[in-house]
Amino acid sequence: MKLKEKIIEILLKFCASITIFTTIGIIAVLLFESIAFFKNVSIVEFFTDTQWTPLFSEKHFGILSLVSGTFLTAAIAIIVALPIGLTIAIYLNMYAPKSFRKTLKPILEILAAIPTVVYGFFALTIVTPFLQNIYPDLETFNSLSAGLVMGIMIIPFISSLSEDALYAVPKSLKEASFGMGSTRFQTAIKVMVPAASSGIIVSVILAISRAIGETMIVAIAAGQQAQFSLDPTIPTQTITSYIVQVSMGDAPQGSIEYKTIFAAGLTLFLFTFLLNTISFWIKKKYQEKYE
Amino acid sequence: MNNLQKNKLIDTTFKTVGLLFTLLGILILIILLYNIIRVGYTRINWEFLTSLPSRKPERAGIYTAIIGTLDLMLLTIIFAIPVGIGAGLYLEEYAKKSRLSTLLEINIANLAGVPSIIYGLLGLGIFVRFFGFGGSILSGALTLSLLILPIIIVATREAIKAVPPSLKEASFALGASKWQTLQKVVLPSSFGGILTGVILSLSRAIGETAPLIVVGAMAYVPFVPHSLFDTFSILPMQIFTWTTRPQEGFAIAAAAAIIIILVITFVMNGVAVYLRNKWQNKLS
Repeated sequence: MKLKEKIIEILLKFCASITIFTTIGIIAVLLFESIAFFKNVSIVEFFTDTQWTPLFSEKHFGILSLVSGTFLTAAIAIIVALPIGLTIAIYLNMYAPKSFRKTLKPILEILAAIPTVVYGFFALTIVTPFLQNIYPDLETFNSLSAGLVMGIMIIPFISSLSEDALYAVPKSLKEASFGMGSTRFQTAIKVMVPAASSGIIVSVILAISRAIGETMIVAIAAGQQAQFSLDPTIPTQTITSYIVQVSMGDAPQGSIEYKTIFAAGLTLFLFTFLLNTISFWIKKKYQEKYE
Repeated sequence: MNNLQKNKLIDTTFKTVGLLFTLLGILILIILLYNIIRVGYTRINWEFLTSLPSRKPERAGIYTAIIGTLDLMLLTIIFAIPVGIGAGLYLEEYAKKSRLSTLLEINIANLAGVPSIIYGLLGLGIFVRFFGFGGSILSGALTLSLLILPIIIVATREAIKAVPPSLKEASFALGASKWQTLQKVVLPSSFGGILTGVILSLSRAIGETAPLIVVGAMAYVPFVPHSLFDTFSILPMQIFTWTTRPQEGFAIAAAAAIIIILVITFVMNGVAVYLRNKWQNKLS
């Protein structure tokens, strides 16, 4: 009996350790192939060259052009999602009737449940033609539509998680502010948002991290030309959509094209790891503020 | 206008803007659904579901893609669910507040934030190349399992946490061992919560495209996978390849395939929400 209990505990512990092996596996695979990559390409070129053309005959390996595409699309997404998401969160928490909030929140969350390939289709076949009516010089593939649609996708991340943070603020704070004669807007801006700031910041960081790692929307709607440019009307390529482009082709193992996707992947991993660490640190530091 | 009136005006303005933004979100959802249904509904019929992919858009169907998706989900369920629930049980019931358990916790939080395409690179490096499984459905399912593991673990822990301690104590008082208690008391009473998490994680997995492209999902597969080592296609992959084709007919086929995948995703999410509400009412 004792033995059986022990075996079960070891089995369950093994299940939990698989998550550790996953992390080790990710780091090992990315590092292993990246080290092989940097034997052929100098790190200085990787970080300073502004051209990225590994699939052409004249090869350049400047990650900056992929990074600029990645940040451009992510920035457009955040510019859309942050004001809208935060306003919705405050509205649902401070203004909307209870039943309204209970119905609307799950409906908005549907936006986050739609597969991203569907958003890619939406961006390319509906949003881009619509924007071309307003601005005819917009190219068929561009970072503007991709970024806008990505922004729509991440609205619920910001609105739902920020609303959760606002909801967790003790009622007494809100009531004290009302008791002083503040309006709901004053209470929201001066009391509730500052009190829930750590949760709100964490939700925004999560949204940024999602936008940076988002793949299918940009792969479909933003094109396949790596450009070191912040012009949202022309085609661009992100780290993720470059990895997709190489994977759709047939890069033989060991070739330099094959290794580039791991070097690009490592760069992406470092960005999101940094963001995750910051949000984890904020969560840990401010968690017990009101308990 | 005095200060009071000014503040009231700002307050009302913000309320209106908030309501408009909320409705805007819902309006965009409706526009998206409307446009996809408008384009795609003409192709939704039995023939579309049972035809093989084709170079002629009007004859192309999603048979291999939909079977590939179902096979992939089945394998993912087999791999990910026992491990995920096991890991959740361990973290909640066995792991003491040690450095290992803190490390496990930080690690799982971090894994949940890793972009899905990075899991694709992991699968490519480990399953496709190192273990030599190739671009097979087995590699795809293992990759997808690792991807959704953090979601299942977190959901399992939440569900177990919600079980009242009195139930467990009663079981121990009757002389049951730890595993007997977990198996006969804790798991059954947290079943609803765990199931909700599992369904949500699968609804995420079913729409995943990027990691499976990296692992080697095919744009065109003329047959249904028969073994674990066969190549495969999946519904989102089919949508992706059709969307990138220039012919109008493929856009219609893509929209039709999107209707199918959205129906599957929404049904899964709906069931999960229903179960969550039912289970929450039962506990409280």
